Amino acid sequence: MTAMNFMETMETAEFRVHPDAHIVVDGSVCTDCTTRECVVACPANLFVPTADGGVLFNYEQCFECGTCYLVCTQAGAITWNYPAGGHGVVFHRT
Amino acid sequence: MSDPDVIVVGGGPAGSCAAIVAARAGLSVVLLERGPFPGSKNMYGGVVYPRILDDLIPNWWEEAPIQRWVTRRATMLLTETQALTVDFRTEAWGKAPYNGATAYRPDFDAWLAGYAEAAGAQVLTSTTVTGLLRDDKGAVVGVTTDRPDGDLRARVVIACDGVNSFLAKEAGLYEHTDAKHFTLGVKETLALPKEVIDERFGVRGREGVDIEIVGCTGGINGGGFVYTNLDTVAVGVVLKLTKLAAQATRPEQIIANLKGHPAIAPLIEGGEMKEYSAHLIPEAGLRMMPKMTTDGMMVAGDAAALCLAAGIWLEGVNFAMASGMYAGETAVEAVRVNDVSAKGLVGYQRRLSNTFVLKDHRKLRRAPELVLSDRVQHLYPQMMANIAERMFRVDNPEPKPGLRRILRQERKRAGVRRRHLWRDAFTGFRSYG
Ligand SMILES: Cc1cc2nc3c(=O)[nH]c(=O)nc-3n(C[C@H](O)[C@H](O)[C@H](O)COP(=O)(O)OP(=O)(O)OC[C@H]3O[C@@H](n4cnc5c(N)ncnc54)[C@H](O)[C@@H]3O)c2cc1C
Ligand code: SF4
Ligand code: SF4
Repeated sequence: MTAMNFMETMETAEFRVHPDAHIVVDGSVCTDCTTRECVVACPANLFVPTADGGVLFNYEQCFECGTCYLVCTQAGAITWNYPAGGHGVVFHRT
Repeated sequence: MSDPDVIVVGGGPAGSCAAIVAARAGLSVVLLERGPFPGSKNMYGGVVYPRILDDLIPNWWEEAPIQRWVTRRATMLLTETQALTVDFRTEAWGKAPYNGATAYRPDFDAWLAGYAEAAGAQVLTSTTVTGLLRDDKGAVVGVTTDRPDGDLRARVVIACDGVNSFLAKEAGLYEHTDAKHFTLGVKETLALPKEVIDERFGVRGREGVDIEIVGCTGGINGGGFVYTNLDTVAVGVVLKLTKLAAQATRPEQIIANLKGHPAIAPLIEGGEMKEYSAHLIPEAGLRMMPKMTTDGMMVAGDAAALCLAAGIWLEGVNFAMASGMYAGETAVEAVRVNDVSAKGLVGYQRRLSNTFVLKDHRKLRRAPELVLSDRVQHLYPQMMANIAERMFRVDNPEPKPGLRRILRQERKRAGVRRRHLWRDAFTGFRSYG
C-alpha cells in the first residue's frame, strides 16, 4: 500500500480532534533511539522519522490503542493519556 | 450530584452489564464513558456470543442490533499460494435461540447501555475518568473525571475501562504490563452489496460467515479474520506486538497482503473501504491477569485481561459481559452487608472461578502460547497444505503414494521434528481436548 493510499484509508475513520494533544512525544529521547518500534507498529502511522534523525509525531488521527507506549523501549519518550471526553476517534462500523 | 452507590467506568459490554445488574437490584449507579456514545471507541473482529444474556435480557435475539447470524465457521491455513480450510455449517445457529452473530460494536454496545439506562443507571458519556480517589487507608472511594464538576464518590468502583486499564494499574492490581502480552488488531470494513456477499460466501437472508485464518501474517505471529456483515465484509489481522515492532512491514501492508491472497481476494473484490480501525487485545490470559479486587474496587472485562484469545476462539465480549454481571452482583451483595473492602468483595473472585470465565481460561491456559508459537504459525500451515496438495494431486503414471510416506516426507521438508510435533499435539490435546 502506498503512503498516499494509506492517507485515504485514514480518512475513512472519524476523529473529533481536541485542540490539546493527548499523547506527547519527547523528540529529544527519540533522537537517541535506534530501534524506533513506534514507526512500524503504530497502526495510524503517526510516527514519522525526519531527515535530521528525529521523529515527528501528530496526535490527530490516533486510534487511542496504546500500541506506541507498550512497544517504546525508551523511558520518558511517550506521555500517553486518553483525549478529553467526547473527543478523539469515533467508530461507526467496527 | 449526590454520591451513587456504584460507579462503573466504561460503557463497553463489561460496564453495561455491571450497571444493569446493580441498577436492577436497586442500587444507584453512574456509568461513565469517555466516548460521545457507548461503543464509539470500541472495535473488534467481530462476532458476539450473547448466550450469557439469556437471564438478563430474555429473547435478546429479537432486540439486539445484529448483522448476521453465523451459520458457517471456517478455519483456514494459508501459505503464500495454498489454502487448507475446515468449513463447518449448521442450520441450528440460524434460528432461535441462536449462537453467534456479527454486529458492529458501536451499535451493540450502545444497545446494551440502553438497558443500563432503562434499569435506572445514569449514563454519562463524553466523560474521561482521569484517576482514582482514595481514602487515607488507600481504599478506592471514587474517581476523578475531566468534567467541570470533577470528582465523583461512591461505595464501589467497577473498572471496566478496557485493555489499557489505567485504573487497574493505578490501583496496583497489575504487577507489570508487558508488550509481549498484547496483540494489535487492525481491520478494514469493506462495503459490498448484500446479494454479492450472499453469493460469494454461500449464504442467504441473515446467515453469515466467520473465517479464522492462520499463516497470513508474514513473519509476525498472529492470525487473520474475515467476517460478513449485512452489506460489508470485515477483513483484518491480529499481530503480536513484540514481533510487529521488531520487523519492517506495517500493519496496513499486512492486511493488504492478506487481501491479495488468492483464497481471499475473490471474496472481497470491489469492496469499498468504509472504515479502517485498530485496537489492542490482551492476549495472554492467566499469564497476565491482575488481582481482581482491592478495597472499594473490582476490575472486569478486558481491563482484567479476561478476553479469551486461544486461536480458533477469540471471545472477549461474552467474557466481558459475564464478568461485568458478576461484579455487579458482588457490588449489590457488598453494599447490602455494608462491607466494600476487598474482603467484602471476595464473591467476585468466587463467581469468576466457578463459571466459564475462569474455567475456560484455566482449561485453555496453554493455548495462546501454542497458537502463537513459531511452529504453529510458520511451519505447520506449510506442512499441512503440502500434505493436502500431495494427497489430492494425481501424478499418473506414478501410483498414489501412501499417506504415511507423504506425512513423513512433508514433515521433514517443513523442518518439523517428530518430537516437537508430538509435544504440540499433546499440548493441543490437553488444552482443547
Ligand atoms: C481486533 C479484535 C478482534 C476481536 N474479536 C472479537 C470477537 O470476534 N468476538 C469477541 O467476543 N471478542 C472479540 N474481541 C475482544 C473484545 O472486543 C473485547 O474482549 C471486549 O470488547 C471487552 O469488553 P470490555 O467491556 O471489557 O472493554 P471495551 O469494549 O474495551 O470497553 C471499555 C470501555 O471503557 C471506556 N473507557 C476506557 N477508559 C476510560 C476512562 N478512563 N474513562 C471513561 N471511559 C473509559 C472505553 O471508551 C470503552 O467504551 C476482539 C478484539 C479485537 C481488538
Ligand atoms: S517514541 Fe519510543 S520507540 Fe519511538 S522513536 Fe521515540 S523513543 Fe524510539
Ligand atoms: S495510541 Fe495507537 S494509534 Fe495512537 S499514536 Fe499510539 S500507536 Fe498510534
